[in-house]
Amino acid sequence: MNPFHYARPTAIEPALAALWPAGAPGDDALRWSSAEGLPKVLAGGTNLLDLMKEDLMRPRALIDVRGLALREIAPTEEGGLRMGALQSNAHTANHPLVQERYPVLRAAILAGASPQIRNMATNGGNLLQRTRCYYFYDVGVPCNKHRPGTGCPARHGVARQHAILGASEQCVATHPSDMCVALAALEATVHVESASRGPRSIAFDAFHRLPGDQPERDTTLEADELITHLTLPPAERFAAHSCYLKIRERGSYAFALVSVAAMLDLDDQVRVRQARIALGGVAHKPWRDVDAEAVLVGQPADAASFAVAAQVLLHDARSVGGPASPEGWNGNAFKIELARRAIVRALEMARDGEVSNTGEDAFRRQEAKA
Amino acid sequence: MVTETEARAGSYEVVCRLNGREERLTVAPWETLLDLLRERLGLIGTKKGCDHGQCGACTVLVEGERVLSCLTLAVALDGCDVTTIEGLPRLAGDGSLHPLQQAFIDCDALQCGYCTPGQICSAAGLMNEPPPTNEDEVRERMSGNLCRCGAYPQIVRAVSSVVLAPAGRVPR
Repeated sequence: MNPFHYARPTAIEPALAALWPAGAPGDDALRWSSAEGLPKVLAGGTNLLDLMKEDLMRPRALIDVRGLALREIAPTEEGGLRMGALQSNAHTANHPLVQERYPVLRAAILAGASPQIRNMATNGGNLLQRTRCYYFYDVGVPCNKHRPGTGCPARHGVARQHAILGASEQCVATHPSDMCVALAALEATVHVESASRGPRSIAFDAFHRLPGDQPERDTTLEADELITHLTLPPAERFAAHSCYLKIRERGSYAFALVSVAAMLDLDDQVRVRQARIALGGVAHKPWRDVDAEAVLVGQPADAASFAVAAQVLLHDARSVGGPASPEGWNGNAFKIELARRAIVRALEMARDGEVSNTGEDAFRRQEAKA
Repeated sequence: MVTETEARAGSYEVVCRLNGREERLTVAPWETLLDLLRERLGLIGTKKGCDHGQCGACTVLVEGERVLSCLTLAVALDGCDVTTIEGLPRLAGDGSLHPLQQAFIDCDALQCGYCTPGQICSAAGLMNEPPPTNEDEVRERMSGNLCRCGAYPQIVRAVSSVVLAPAGRVPR
């Protein structure tokens, strides 16, 4: 790791002031000149410290925000949920209101990472883990995300983890979060605050970016902004028919090749009143498709309808990667068919009330059935 | 260079409870808990496997929760309670081996032993979480700890023998 300054403010105002390039007037401990580069927020550190060890990120200062009171999980007046940015992923998944009202969020969190990492990782930090690929992690090869303008060997390389939707000539990396796929489907809002512009809220779909010609930017968060909390609108009408399906190379502790958060609001005839579909592992950001959701409205909740939705969602899917992959497909073309099947299966599982194919709850449900 | 580095970023005083004893330490901001334990405090039970949060060999307990010491900055632990494999027997109360340590011996749950301290600390953290209900769930909940010798069946048996509530008893 590169040398850096460290500060651990205990109130939000000095924390925001420390993130402001002008520094914190009157508090030398939190002041650094902007010439030294912008400080970064440290929360769980599970991605940031790893990237710093690889020299992929070299912040001049870390503002450790874990002393701030941003952990509360509480219902909102509208019947939704407010989740503090610093609460751990593990405690969030285990919170009774999350279990009861947002089962797809619990399932997605428990499908991701490992128990140790879920204990450390925070809700705000989960959003801010870098969109990344193996080539980005290799400092010895060019990467437009790491060093803009140097090129993208991933585009023609080994591409199992790479994007099939929304990629650009510059970047084909995927956002690896499971939690964020559920948050996209749940229409979360990200609440941020900065010393210079005060608070603002960002719709979840507008928080993460597609790479375009600026792959070095993963999100629309400004450098001096701190995520304070997330809010979820009420979603009880979906709660009985929500599913998080994750397909990966091993049974646990691996990023998704494809994952699907599927939520259905069904009427008495098992027709779709409303649907939500978001995918992970396929794009630079969690990929929600409202057009695919719309084609399901009024349709019977069956495999034929679900297949049409999958076709709409994957209409613009394109494979990337070299031809020498062991599957005999061109690059990651197999992921397009995999995604199509995963969408149908996740919607069927949601219809049938099966919450997930993975994570600790899956083994409890097996026991309950047996 | 070192002098310049220290002048720029300074060092920080950290007071924490380590295996039940108060420790007052001076650390550089970029020092990980893992390196602090192994290189400066001589607590080499905690192992450095991948140093990237992928193998679980460095698992310790902070405030009773299992975390990865390779991705934890020592400077951030001010005021925290830390337990490593060396501190686990103390949790048994009478100074004997922690039940999980004994179970790993009884079940022959290791070959080379390099992952073992992380496995045992991880299982100790699991005991502070909602209890698992069966061996398959134990396997999933221990998935953050890799064993390249492949002693998984014995590890799952050892952990299960301690963390699964015996039949007929109300789960913890």
